[in-house]
Amino acid sequence: MWQGFPIRPDQASTIARGVDHLYYFLTAVDLFFTALIFLTIFYLAIKYRRRSAETKATQVEGNLPLEVIWTIIPLGICAVTFLWGSSLFIRNSRPPEAATEIFVVGKQWMWKLQHPEGPMEINELHVPVRRPIKLTMTSEDVIHNFYVPAFRVQKDVVPGMYTSIWFEATSTGRYHFFCNQYCGTNHAVMGGYVIVMSPDDYEQWLSGGIRGESMASAGAKLYEQLACITCHGTGKGPPFVNLFGSQVKLTDGTTVTADEAYIRESILYPSAKIVAGYQPLMPTYKGQVTEEQILQLLAYIKSLSSGGVSQSSKPTSYPPSLEGGGQGAGNQNAGGQQSPANVPVPPGP
Amino acid sequence: MGGGREGNHEMGTAVVEPGIESRIHYLNASYGIKSWLLTTDHKRIAVLYLASITFFFFIGGAAAVLMRLNLISPQGALLEPATYNKLFSMHGIIMVFFFMIPSIPAVLGNFLVPLMIGARDLAFPRLNLLSWYVFMVGGLFTLYAVIAGGVDTGWTFYTPLSTTYANTQVISAALGVFIAGFSSILTGLNFVVTIHKMRAPGLTWFRLPLFLWAIYATSIIQILGTPVLAITLTLVALERVFHVGVFDPAVGGDPILFQHLFWFYSHPAVYIMILPSMGVISELVTAFSKKRIFGYSFIAFSSVAIAAISFLVWGHHMFVAGQSIYAGIVFSVLSFLVAIPSAVKVFNWTATLYKGSVSYQAPMLYALGFIGLFTMGGLTGLFLATLAVDAHVHGTYFVVGHFHYIMVGGAVMGYLGGIHYWWPKISGRMYPDGWARLSAAIIFIGFNLTFFPQYMLGYLGMPRRYAVYAPEFQVLNVMSSAGASILGVGYLIPLVYMVWSMRYGPVAGPNPWGAKGLEWQTPSPPPTENFEETPKVTEEAYAYGTEETQVA
Amino acid sequence: MHSSTALAEQFDDLEQQHESSSFGMWVFLATEVMFFGGLFTAYIIYRNFYLSAFEAGSRLLDVKVGAANTAVLLCSSLTMALGVRAAQLGKKKLLVTFLVLTLLLGLAFIGIKLGLEWRHDYLEGFAPGVNWTFHGPDWRHLELFFCFYFFLTGVHALHMVIGVGILTTLIIMAGRGRFSPQRYNPVEVSGLYWHFVDIVWIFLYPLLYLIGGRY
Repeated sequence: MWQGFPIRPDQASTIARGVDHLYYFLTAVDLFFTALIFLTIFYLAIKYRRRSAETKATQVEGNLPLEVIWTIIPLGICAVTFLWGSSLFIRNSRPPEAATEIFVVGKQWMWKLQHPEGPMEINELHVPVRRPIKLTMTSEDVIHNFYVPAFRVQKDVVPGMYTSIWFEATSTGRYHFFCNQYCGTNHAVMGGYVIVMSPDDYEQWLSGGIRGESMASAGAKLYEQLACITCHGTGKGPPFVNLFGSQVKLTDGTTVTADEAYIRESILYPSAKIVAGYQPLMPTYKGQVTEEQILQLLAYIKSLSSGGVSQSSKPTSYPPSLEGGGQGAGNQNAGGQQSPANVPVPPGP
Repeated sequence: MGGGREGNHEMGTAVVEPGIESRIHYLNASYGIKSWLLTTDHKRIAVLYLASITFFFFIGGAAAVLMRLNLISPQGALLEPATYNKLFSMHGIIMVFFFMIPSIPAVLGNFLVPLMIGARDLAFPRLNLLSWYVFMVGGLFTLYAVIAGGVDTGWTFYTPLSTTYANTQVISAALGVFIAGFSSILTGLNFVVTIHKMRAPGLTWFRLPLFLWAIYATSIIQILGTPVLAITLTLVALERVFHVGVFDPAVGGDPILFQHLFWFYSHPAVYIMILPSMGVISELVTAFSKKRIFGYSFIAFSSVAIAAISFLVWGHHMFVAGQSIYAGIVFSVLSFLVAIPSAVKVFNWTATLYKGSVSYQAPMLYALGFIGLFTMGGLTGLFLATLAVDAHVHGTYFVVGHFHYIMVGGAVMGYLGGIHYWWPKISGRMYPDGWARLSAAIIFIGFNLTFFPQYMLGYLGMPRRYAVYAPEFQVLNVMSSAGASILGVGYLIPLVYMVWSMRYGPVAGPNPWGAKGLEWQTPSPPPTENFEETPKVTEEAYAYGTEETQVA
Repeated sequence: MHSSTALAEQFDDLEQQHESSSFGMWVFLATEVMFFGGLFTAYIIYRNFYLSAFEAGSRLLDVKVGAANTAVLLCSSLTMALGVRAAQLGKKKLLVTFLVLTLLLGLAFIGIKLGLEWRHDYLEGFAPGVNWTFHGPDWRHLELFFCFYFFLTGVHALHMVIGVGILTTLIIMAGRGRFSPQRYNPVEVSGLYWHFVDIVWIFLYPLLYLIGGRY
């Protein structure tokens, strides 16, 4: 049992070692100064102990050079630590360009993890090793937090907005993840495992599990079912082709970037931002779409942008149930496509 | 007899005539419950607070005992998760708002501020009594919340959990804290005005004992910070009652705004909890080394600097909350800066021992323990200020270890040291120092065994506020719980001998420690009006060894 | 309650007592700034998020009634200041008159605010949590505006009510001849409080009523 006392979790991500080094440095500083103070106190308290009632103290008012030294040195240590920590943090916060995006929805008291290719997991996350993975997360109810100690990453998962983290696992295995923001009665059991697999095993797992469809094609179906197509396919509403990631001009003259938050807001609070040249006609879908459905619509809209396709780790293939193919830019034909049989198909990557 | 001016009493030469008091002082000047409940004497009010916060301490402590018992086994040995969640919430609320924040200011501050400046009372004695009643009303609301089923949102009341999803006594707990906040504000107000306007002739700012600088800095924080908490909690209550959407995104609100507003107060609040204790340490190391403090003005300015910078660092609680990286960087820098004045103080206290005449009575043991433990705990704050490390340990037991090192290893030890030091002045009796030193040792050992493993648990990844946990964390949890049982014993012993000493302890003279300071220039216990005539101050603080002052 | 002309035990002389009392009121007002400040901050942040909804809400408020209330409060600050002056000069009848006028103006403000404006908003269905009937586009953000409107003006009105209580006490004390040119500090510090509550309204009025995109 006692093979060695663990002081740190597994180093299972690319950033883990860097974080651990900084931690060791801080630990050394802490232990050094704690020992320094304790030993100095010990030494002084014994050396200058009151041996008898007549023992007199020698008054020492202060010493300016000493004050300066013991202000400057801590300041220096703090500066070094701050710079080290911030640069590491900034680097660790920016996901690589080619990160695979996986979508996470937290709710009391479980996690739903949605791969773009389709598989959805509950309280478990399969990922390939040595591939950067970006988690885009939101909550259905209260604030949660997705925390993987072995990867040294965590982020609050907040209702009403998307937060994200990224990691690149460096070794296969099972690593605990926890909910790390107190969220109610079963907060302590709201966790699971990240299962890091070799790329081949991961492909196998991915294809073995698909029964459903990719997020993007589910989103395409919703686009139709929720009648988005009636406006956004007819020119009454702004088109979605190449929308994601672009700059959008609004009626009040400002310009915003069409990112995840913008699209989510447009679905739930359409009157918040009106695109220049369009009327405020869109009804709200609040209460009619779940967070997962919003993510599916997002995936669909992203797939309509050449740069914004969420890269999955294998080429996208569509189950044979989907009609059509190669309709290029989908629904932008003038005159509108209203017949239900004409499901717009997103162009492949 | 205990009367007369301070002579050259060294400690231990107490007059041994237990029980016979022919002198009138504040404790026996009047009898009966009305004389206590309607008193405006700051000393009696301090004693009222002492009784109240001791009561709350043991309630919060009982919650902690149950929590640590539960955590002996990974599946939760003792409690349902719902119960555990209520216990940690109540532990936090009671310990923070009904023990830590009032402890030194309302007990030692109330008792000592007028004595240390040579005044007859605070500026607003009736306001002082009102403060205590307000505190008790707040406490009653909170106790009601406990009895009516408890609250399980954590003391941090994060939204939308607290506004929309929790179905426990959120409103009564929030109301209890809100009301107690006014007590804090009024106490701070009283101290600021008193220290400004009522110092004895000759007592300039830079002759003040450092305890008063600390109380002053604390009062500034109490005055400026607490109102923001009040308004935030009121918004939470309104949202619960009227189902409007101030903080709930489902109805248009922003849960992160709650965090900003909450931590804008609650970070400075932790400095309310530590600054007074630092002030006590300055008094203790000087008295028990018979030396002037090393670097008086540095410590004085550090207290004010800590109070000022404390308002600028709240975002370090939100590094992983979804705020921007740039906000994180700004708050990280400022959080490092706030550590520097504390470091300066630690060095100055240690240097005060140099060439001193050091004795080891219980108050000094608490003071020395404080300095070491505060150093360790304060430095773990640097871990949390470091963005890349906080991204890993935020929300884990590392944070729990950090703040308990400061608040328990630091502030509570300072409080106990202060209570022991000024006990003869407050009660007129000496406590048995042997038992006191034993308790200090037990507390020190129990404390470290309880909380050091928590740093390790945190880095290993164990989240806080977990009623059950993954099995790999068990060994360290058992160690922590073992330590907690020792710590609990350590806290119970003083309760016994202090109460014992009130009746059977040796009667204390005016200055059993041979310490400098106006409070020792008057009998123990002091008369109601504190001084027979207003003292005139002609020397610096801690003017020990005036017969052979040297500058080294 | 001891006589107002007596020196309280804890003070050395009347000057120290006056200074402490005034200083204490200033410190208290600092806490009040932080108290309202938290609310103002939240309001401004949400206004920034939901500008159009907040502007719409602002336009639903009656500028003229708000202006009338502003005039009422400004006048009450004038009468309060004149009352302090009267106390300084030892003119008891004048002091009581001005205090009573201030009180009446304060009551008028509360009456207009609660009896006229709040009642109107309630009847129109703009009272969040109590009677909210509007469900047009963006209604949740409009509701948020009205939350802040009621809470801001409500907390302000509460402070006015406390001020009315203080004034009543002062009137009774003044009537009994408790104040003199040597001892009028309670009037002075109450004046400070009253002016502060007035200043809060001077901030509230533009923030709630005037910047609604109507100009």
